[in-house]
This record gives sequence, C-alpha cells and structure tokens, in this order.
Amino acid sequence: MLDTAFFLSWLTLAAEAVDREAGRLTELDSAIGDADHGSNLRRGFAAVRAALDAEPPATPGAVLVLAGRQLISSVGGASGPLYGTLLRRTGKALGDAPEVSPGEFAEALRAGVAAVAELGGATAGDKTMLDALEPAAAALAGTTDSFAAARTAAEEGARATVPLQARKGRASYLGERSIGHRDPGAASSALLLAALAQAAEDRA
Amino acid sequence: MKMLINVPETVVADALRGMAAAHPELTVDVERRVVVRGDAPVAGKVALVSGGGSGHEPLHCGFVGPGMLDAACPGEVFTSPVPDQMVRAAAAVDSGEGVLFVVKNYTGDVLNFRMAQELAEDEGVRLATVLVDDDVAVSDSLHTAGRRGTGATLFVEKIAGAAAEEGAPLERVESLARQVVGSCRSFGVALGACSTPAKGGPTFDLPPGELELGIGIHGEPGRERRPMMTSGEIADFAVGAVLEDLRPSGPVIALVNGMGGTPLLELYGFGAEVHRVLSERGVPVVRTLVGNYVTSLDMAGCSVTLCRADEELLRLWDAPVRTPGLRWGR
Repeated sequence: MLDTAFFLSWLTLAAEAVDREAGRLTELDSAIGDADHGSNLRRGFAAVRAALDAEPPATPGAVLVLAGRQLISSVGGASGPLYGTLLRRTGKALGDAPEVSPGEFAEALRAGVAAVAELGGATAGDKTMLDALEPAAAALAGTTDSFAAARTAAEEGARATVPLQARKGRASYLGERSIGHRDPGAASSALLLAALAQAAEDRA
Repeated sequence: MKMLINVPETVVADALRGMAAAHPELTVDVERRVVVRGDAPVAGKVALVSGGGSGHEPLHCGFVGPGMLDAACPGEVFTSPVPDQMVRAAAAVDSGEGVLFVVKNYTGDVLNFRMAQELAEDEGVRLATVLVDDDVAVSDSLHTAGRRGTGATLFVEKIAGAAAEEGAPLERVESLARQVVGSCRSFGVALGACSTPAKGGPTFDLPPGELELGIGIHGEPGRERRPMMTSGEIADFAVGAVLEDLRPSGPVIALVNGMGGTPLLELYGFGAEVHRVLSERGVPVVRTLVGNYVTSLDMAGCSVTLCRADEELLRLWDAPVRTPGLRWGR
C-alpha cells in the first residue's frame, strides 16, 4: 500500500529533479517556446515543498490536491494549470483514504491525465506533456514494480516528441520548424514519473 | 547581455515598486501582483480586467486608469499570471455591474483566466471574457493553438474601456469588445531576438543579415525567415498580409507598434511607409498611433495593427483616456 509519506517523498524527489534540471528544461523551451519552463516549474515546486512542509496533509489525496493547488497558484503559463490539474484531479480521485493501493493510484492518475487532456484540448501526438503522461499512465499495471515501466514509458514518450510537429501551445506557431526538438512539457513529465519510480525504489 | 536589473527573480516586483512610486494614482499591490486604478471600484461602471506575462510594457499595467482598464495582473516575464491574481483583481474592481476579462489568445493566458473565471463566479462576480486573436501570421488554426492576441489588445482595452467609462452595461461592453476583435488584424516582424532576464541572452538566434516575418510577442520565432528588407518592403509585406485578411471597405485606425528595441526614428519612418501602402491600396487612415505599446522586452522590430473604424468605434477611440501608457483628451 502507498501511504502519505510515499506521496510526500514522490513530490520531494520531483521538486529536487525539477530544481536540478531547470536549466535543461529552459534550454529545451528556448528552442520552441519562450525559455521559461524550467524557471516556472522550479518556482512552482518550491511552493509545493513549502506548503507541504508548513502543514503536511494527512492523506495521499490531500497531498496531491494541495500540491496541485500550489502549482496553479504559483507557476502561471500553461504548465501551471495543466500540472496543477494533473495533481489535483489525481488527488481528488484518490479520495480521503489514509492509504491507497498501487492499482487505485494507477486509476487515479489516468483520471488526472484525462483531465489534462480535456483542459488543454490536446491528444497524444500533439507534442505536449501528454506524449509522456499517457504512455506512463498506461504502463502502470497496479503494482509498484510497474512504476519503473512508467518511468521508461514517459522517457520514451518524451524522446518520441522530437520528430513531431507541435499542434498545441506556443510551439505550434513554429509549424514545421518545431520538428527536431524535444517537447519541454514532455521532458518535465518524464522527470515527474522518474521521481515516482525513485520513490517506489527508495521504499522497497 | 547587460541588463538594468538586480536579479532575474525580482524583475517584476522591482518594476511594480517603480510603477507605484511614479503613479500614485494607481493602487499597486506588489506582493500579490495586481495593479488597480486608485478610485476603483467605480460605482455604476463595468470593470475591465486584463493581464498577461510581463515584458510587454506598457501593456497591460500601463493601461490601467480612467477610460481603459480597471485592473491588470502581470505575470512573470512572458508567463501568464495565475488565477489568484485575476480573482483578487475582479473582487477589487467589481462595483456590482460585472467584470470583463480581456484575454490574449495564448494557451497559458486562456487556461489561467478560465480557471479564474470559475473561481470568481463562485464568489458571485458576474463575468464575461473576450478572447483577442488578431495575428494573421498564424493562418492554420486547425493545427495550432489558434491566432495569437497581439496589438488588437490595445484597441479592445481602449474602445471597450471607453464604453464602460460611459456607463454601458456588461453585455454591451462585451459585444463591443468582440466587435473590435473582429475589426482588427496584426502582423509583426523581428529584426533581432529579445533577451529574457531568466535566460540572460537572446531567446533565438537571428543572424545580422536576416529578419523574421510573422512573429508573436513572446520572442518566439516567426513563420518565415528572409534576407533583411527595407522599411518600405517590410511595410508592403506586413500591411499586405493584414489587408488580405481584414479587407476593409472604409477607413482604418493604424497602430505602428515597436517591439521595444527599435527607436522612434525608425518607427516613424516605418509609419510613413505604412501610410504609403494604405494610400496606394485606397484605404483611408483616420488615426495613427506610433510608439512602443505592445512590446517584447528589447526585441528589435515592429508590428502593424489595423482596425476597421466605424463612427462609433472612432468616437470611443477618441474618448478621453488617462493611463501611464496612453493618455489623451480631457
């Protein structure tokens, strides 16, 4: 079972990864966006950590809902509402149980990813974060062992955005010139999934 | 890249502190990032709220004041503000007559304002949103995020703002704003990339002998790159692209806008070329505004916005306005 401490550890690892990789995310964003994805997410996850430290929530669902709300309130851009919705809706789907099974989490994450797709009006193949999130959510088979598979699926999904032409977000204005660059949102989503797998491994 | 800043993290807050010092007629909340006209809420008046990433000054905070916006929410540089800011702004300016959000069609702005509208409506604020999408450089809206909102934003804020100042109800202010969006088209060119404080250097690479046609206002590259052209050739291209889409049958108001890094000497010269092209095409120009109004930090370049001006739009355009970035009349 996954308890509140597991989710706190996931988000802490995610915040560390975003902090470490902020420069790379901004570099990816400068190629096809406006060069702020890393600094925006770093600001958001710093706010997440501060909020979780100040008043640690009592359930897995509450951890994710609070984290999502912090991202919406501090990131801005498109990634604030999108990542905020991902965590908030995943958290809401978990309800107020003190512990959740990996299967319940997998189902909740799929609900969160679906909410992101609905909010952004995007689908896999549009060269967005969904290209990493959808295969990752699909790879979660209801066991913590499958978290590693989700990490691999997200990373491969992010890599597979390179040859795509962007159809959503600011990169879409580049048309064919967006081809050849990794999508920064898919790259940051892969970091989030890598942190999840790391949290599962640390726990084992 | 040398910049007149302390550290990138405080650029927006530092600018807001300076605005507060220079404009005591505004209420500037540096901490929460909301700029409000000092006499808000104005009884009996629909309130206009806009916002977007910083780096486009004077848009939007510089357009807060009588005759234009009641409040503006600045985000981080080139990053949309967060919903909390809009909710706070709406609450600060709503006199009970309702609030109009003026939103540029960029994914981040659209998503954050949409969330803000839900939250503010939960608190009982009557709200309408108008989406500005005037950029003809984005032609294929089926496979992109749709046309960007650029120079027309100034027209919407000025004209709808004047109607609100006269006491028009929310439905009227909203429909006028939509009419203005439908009456405006823009096209922008970059002669050089802008530099964001966070990156500390140019956001894209533009060789000295080339220019970008069809840029947005966030330092994003355009749709096409060509060898450098003369001011007259650029006017032919940009005005031609706007007219092809706008097809005005009467007079227009022209905005010759600098992107932040082009001197007025060049902008006025370019404005003369814009007038020449319009004259050759038989389009009368009834008003012309030349200057830096919707900028991209220090980007060299310009944009042209044309607005089909019927009698009422022209009257509202001429109505008095008193803001840091735009003021005329009484």
